[in-house]
Amino acid sequence: MEKLNILVVDDEPGIRAGVKRILEKFEVDYPFMDEPIGFNVVEAETGEIAIDFLKNEKFDIVLLDNKLPGIQGINVLEFINQNAIDSKVVMITSYASLELAVKATKDGAIDFVPKPFTPQELRSSVENITKQLFLKKMTTKLNQAGKQIRFQFLSLLSHELKAPVNAVEAYLKMIKEKKMGVNINDYIPIIDRSLDRLNAMKNMILDLLDFTKVESGQTAKNIQDVDLVESLKLCIATVKPLAIQKEIKISLCSENPVIYKIDQTDIEIVFNNLLSNAIKYNKDGGSVDCCIKEEDKIITVVIKDTGIGISKEDQKKLFNDFVRIKNEFTQNISGSGLGLSIVKKILLNYNAEIKLESEINLGTKVIITLQK
Amino acid sequence: MNKKVVLIADDDFDYLFITKFRLETAGFETLSASSQKQAEEIILAGGFDACVFDLMMENDDSGFVLAYKVKKLYPQVPVIITTNVTSETGYSFDNSTSWVKADLYLEKGVQSENIAEELKKLLKT
Repeated sequence: MEKLNILVVDDEPGIRAGVKRILEKFEVDYPFMDEPIGFNVVEAETGEIAIDFLKNEKFDIVLLDNKLPGIQGINVLEFINQNAIDSKVVMITSYASLELAVKATKDGAIDFVPKPFTPQELRSSVENITKQLFLKKMTTKLNQAGKQIRFQFLSLLSHELKAPVNAVEAYLKMIKEKKMGVNINDYIPIIDRSLDRLNAMKNMILDLLDFTKVESGQTAKNIQDVDLVESLKLCIATVKPLAIQKEIKISLCSENPVIYKIDQTDIEIVFNNLLSNAIKYNKDGGSVDCCIKEEDKIITVVIKDTGIGISKEDQKKLFNDFVRIKNEFTQNISGSGLGLSIVKKILLNYNAEIKLESEINLGTKVIITLQK
Repeated sequence: MNKKVVLIADDDFDYLFITKFRLETAGFETLSASSQKQAEEIILAGGFDACVFDLMMENDDSGFVLAYKVKKLYPQVPVIITTNVTSETGYSFDNSTSWVKADLYLEKGVQSENIAEELKKLLKT
């Protein structure tokens, strides 16, 4: 069990023993805690001893009497304040004046428990502070987890952007230093490669913009009735040039409108990503078959290709950021590794499901299920 | 003098080309592999004096795995690992060097421009 350290500073042995007895039997429970929090109590009979303890050990809570034989409680509080010691201070005092209360509050005391106090009064003060400390700790932890994820994303991003920059830079240097002779025609292949890499990088930046839009959720969504069949037709027209290059036939089985409440841009990003994957990772002369059906308020969108397929193992990581499945079939296809991650994030906003059925060398079927 | 043969593995078409070009213009012969799998086949067959491996290919640690396999079969063959991953992007080689016996790590970009000279140095020792 996690235990908080408490320092009780009081010159009366009876009070110290009482506090120790009450708190060491006490546990604070909170619905969000995995297990209750208990307490360790350390006693100090003077302010001087208390300061010695505070210099060497960490105390989560200090219970501080003001009237002490040597230096006063308020001086201990000043010491805590000046040395930025991370302890919550509760004043326990019999002669509490308004002046003292004001001074103590100014110096950071967070509670007053007048003496004589009942065990219940002491417990409730300590309980409140414990809950505060717990929440503070959880907040820090969550912030750190968030930072960690952002950091991972940025690391991946800089890696993905560095690769094309380095390649193009190396090509340019080869040209500058005339490494392949003086005939400009000999450089055409590497100039073309440089242009390809730059183009891929440009697409990646566009994907990144989509990605940040989805991720931040900041753009105002314009949710309205959208005919999914019409949207899909539009997206098919967009990817047509790509399909023609690879002699891929695209078919759409649906004719009647299928209406769903969604942001038009969102659904277009989803369709464009899935269609361009179905073409990019297809074989020359292959096909892409699309179908949208509505049954009992459930809409199913299926996009099926006759491409290279994805192994079971790779399917698991496919929806993560910057994941590109690397093998001999994919190494000459450029992509940002963000497409499916974006698709998944968008669909999540609509509580929609996306799943894959795929077989190596036969093709991949993407199925989206939307609840009306 | 016989030309030294360098095995290059990189799944990035352009780096494979650039590295090959740099080494061949410096007087090396090259064998190239565009995947970890291909490189593994060449390693088994042998016939090279040095290796240059990209770190991340099919797997994030492809280069390490290849270096390990080379050193096990041919302890005297020097291995250079090249990568776009750097310490500033949160990746450290320090932890891995204890089990991965690569002779040199080069960041792609400026650092790898002198790859031919680095290889010559490694081959002399």
